[in-house]
Amino acid sequence: MITAAALSALAAACALGAWRFTTARWTSRAPRLAIALWQSLGVTWGLASIGALLAYAVTPYDRGVIHGLAAFARGRKPDATWDLWHALAMIAGLTLLAVLVAVLVTAGVQTLRARRRHRLVLSLIAREEPGIPGVRVLDHPGAAAYCVPGLRSHVVVSSGTLALLSHDELTAVLAHESAHVRERHDLVLLPFGALRRALPWSKVVRDAQAQVELLVEMAADDRARRYCSPRRLATALLRFGTAGAVPTPSGMLGVAQSQVMARVDRLIKPRPELSRSTRYGLVALSVTLTTSAPFLWALPF
Amino acid sequence: MSVKGLGELERSIMDILWAQNTPLTAREVGRLIEERDLAPTTVMTVLDRLTRKGFLDRTRDGRAWRYQPAESRDNYVAELMLEALDMTGDRSAALTRFAQAVSGPEAEILLRALSELEEE
Repeated sequence: MITAAALSALAAACALGAWRFTTARWTSRAPRLAIALWQSLGVTWGLASIGALLAYAVTPYDRGVIHGLAAFARGRKPDATWDLWHALAMIAGLTLLAVLVAVLVTAGVQTLRARRRHRLVLSLIAREEPGIPGVRVLDHPGAAAYCVPGLRSHVVVSSGTLALLSHDELTAVLAHESAHVRERHDLVLLPFGALRRALPWSKVVRDAQAQVELLVEMAADDRARRYCSPRRLATALLRFGTAGAVPTPSGMLGVAQSQVMARVDRLIKPRPELSRSTRYGLVALSVTLTTSAPFLWALPF
Repeated sequence: MSVKGLGELERSIMDILWAQNTPLTAREVGRLIEERDLAPTTVMTVLDRLTRKGFLDRTRDGRAWRYQPAESRDNYVAELMLEALDMTGDRSAALTRFAQAVSGPEAEILLRALSELEEE
């Protein structure tokens, strides 16, 4: 019973933490740390919510979540009576687990399929440009630069992009895209996108996903600025943001605008890094969070 | 003459069919392709592969098949651009993009910032 209570408290703390975290201001100063914290919040919330339900379900066995579940699976008779509420908690816990796994697997499969199709079409219509080896060029006047992630990732730019940007700006954009490739940011985004599609009405999930999307871009900007002028990256961003040839679907305007401006601001006027103690504190918090749920699952009472 | 890779061959054959207004048979495609010493079976294999992937439609003409592109080249470019600009509406994280374009007053703010940066 204590474990169930502790897991519920942990799940509630994660939900509360995520809600507070969506408005945190330090994240743009340490995007990678912020991403790690989001990931631990997500994983811990999932494990704690499922764990709380299952822990309550197996309290009659009085031997903790994992051992209790094992006893249940083996068909042992519990020490105390197993009533309707325990059965309901068991059903709810297993359903939640199944739903979360199914959502992630579906998102993964859909993503892989979309990428495969994209890569296939790309192989038929994209051309190579002598000046920029390894980059595929799509003949379209709109401004687009992106990466198709995978074991063999492709960086793609439209011919509109080539016309829009100066040589240095193009270098900056390509450095940004190779950062996405190298750090596999698509894998970071996948679970958040999946969760958002599973819970489209949840404001916290929507905000979290938007935040992680922005943080991933900032992390890529940070890596790119080691290889190019941050100023050129900023002007490239602004040119992209104002490449008005493409109407943007309404409802995304605010986000996209604040995202471009937020990225430009930190490229031009970088704020000081977080203090060492703050950074260590955040790492410790992230590690504690991630280990706490498995620890509570394994407790033998 | 070097033997082209299969992917390269698929590209050339699509280009040939996009350039023609009428459906072609494998033999006609083989005649238009740059590498004349290509085995006719190779051309047929590639045409078959492209048909199975959905890029070509084929119709019977006597004992042969006639092939034509399922979609125009521009349609495929448009398909990729819609995904690249995240306008398909699904958040599958299939691609990672550099930045999104905005419009209206938001764009004006960005334009002002851009001209300031360029002046300095």
